[in-house]
Amino acid sequence: MAAESKIDPMHQFQIDALSGGALDGTPFIFTNSALWMLIVLGAILLFMWGGMKRELVPGRWQAAVEMLTGFASGLAIGNIGPEGKKYVPWIFTVFTFILFSNFMGMMPFGIFEKAHPFTVTSQFSVTGVLAIISFSIVLIVGFWKHGFHFFSLFVPHGTPALLLPLIVPIEMISFLVRPFSLALRLFVAMIAGHILVDVFGYFIVNGINAGTPMGYFVSAISFVFIAGVNALELLVCAIQAYVFALLTSLYINDAVHLH
Amino acid sequence: MPQLNQLLLVYQSQWFWLAVVLAAIYFGIGRGMVPKIERVVEDRNAKIAADLVAAERARAGADAAEERARAADLAARAAAHEVTAAAKAKAAKDAVARLAKADAAIAGKLATAEAALGKARKDALANLEAVAAEAAQDIVTKVSGASVTAAKAKSAVKAVFANA
Repeated sequence: MAAESKIDPMHQFQIDALSGGALDGTPFIFTNSALWMLIVLGAILLFMWGGMKRELVPGRWQAAVEMLTGFASGLAIGNIGPEGKKYVPWIFTVFTFILFSNFMGMMPFGIFEKAHPFTVTSQFSVTGVLAIISFSIVLIVGFWKHGFHFFSLFVPHGTPALLLPLIVPIEMISFLVRPFSLALRLFVAMIAGHILVDVFGYFIVNGINAGTPMGYFVSAISFVFIAGVNALELLVCAIQAYVFALLTSLYINDAVHLH
Repeated sequence: MPQLNQLLLVYQSQWFWLAVVLAAIYFGIGRGMVPKIERVVEDRNAKIAADLVAAERARAGADAAEERARAADLAARAAAHEVTAAAKAKAAKDAVARLAKADAAIAGKLATAEAALGKARKDALANLEAVAAEAAQDIVTKVSGASVTAAKAKSAVKAVFANA
């Protein structure tokens, strides 16, 4: 490590082919990103499997799983109404995938070489797909249910006719910007937190390597700071998953009910 | 930023594996496991609600039974009170009747006793006249030496008795 103690906080977002070969832009190449997606899937499956005892009086694990499913269906049904039941699987998928990916990226597996966790949700190629699927559901449901009447979404209730030329473009832009804001919010929150943690981690290492009193002082300060940032990051992990699922259910509600 | 630099090299692989993982979560867990878990939760909530309703019904039943028992108790008490009152009244009436009977019997006995007493007294008085007349005849003879006939003595005594 001492040889490459140059600060390079972006290295953790590097995607490599696990076969050791070069990336060639084909779909089936197995990368560290793909591996960690599968690890996230495995973690979700393991967690859910523990809650499938389906006992009348739930144990701790079953209660935790029921809390997760109840949270997802509560989001969908609470925001969309009784029709929201149809969208529970997607809200659940979005919420658990983002939640587990975020948490998995925060796991301290990096103390073992080669086991450094890869945060899937720090790639906008991933968050973008999630956002596009959510946005596509909104469009499909909206046009399916309301046809061209769906465009009335851009005309808020009680808008004076005089203001329509102004309001409609604004509403339209705010609608079209939704998938981007959805994808970028998650991506930026994850990448920023990880860069912060990484940079201060380097400060600790380099401060100790410097061996001067000032170096030790910087290391100590950085250590205290990084502990706080890690706690904050765990909070952000949960909040970002919640925000993504919440906004998805709100957008679907718009499409189902117009407003 | 690797996310930008590598985008063209990795986006196909990223999308492929992401599609695999999302499909597994959506169909396997979201549509497969979640509804089952939700049904367990719903069943539990329904059972809790049903149990609560049953408990409420049982409580109402217990309340009604208690009310009935209290009413029955009150009725029984009233009936018992009535019976005792009747018995008491009958006993009092009986006692009065017996008392009257006893009074009558006592009065009868008293009357016969009085009658007997009166007869005895009359007899005694009659005897007393005879004895007194004899005694008076004897006393006169002894004191004055005169002899008095029995009839005279008797009439004198009778006069004295009549004055007495």
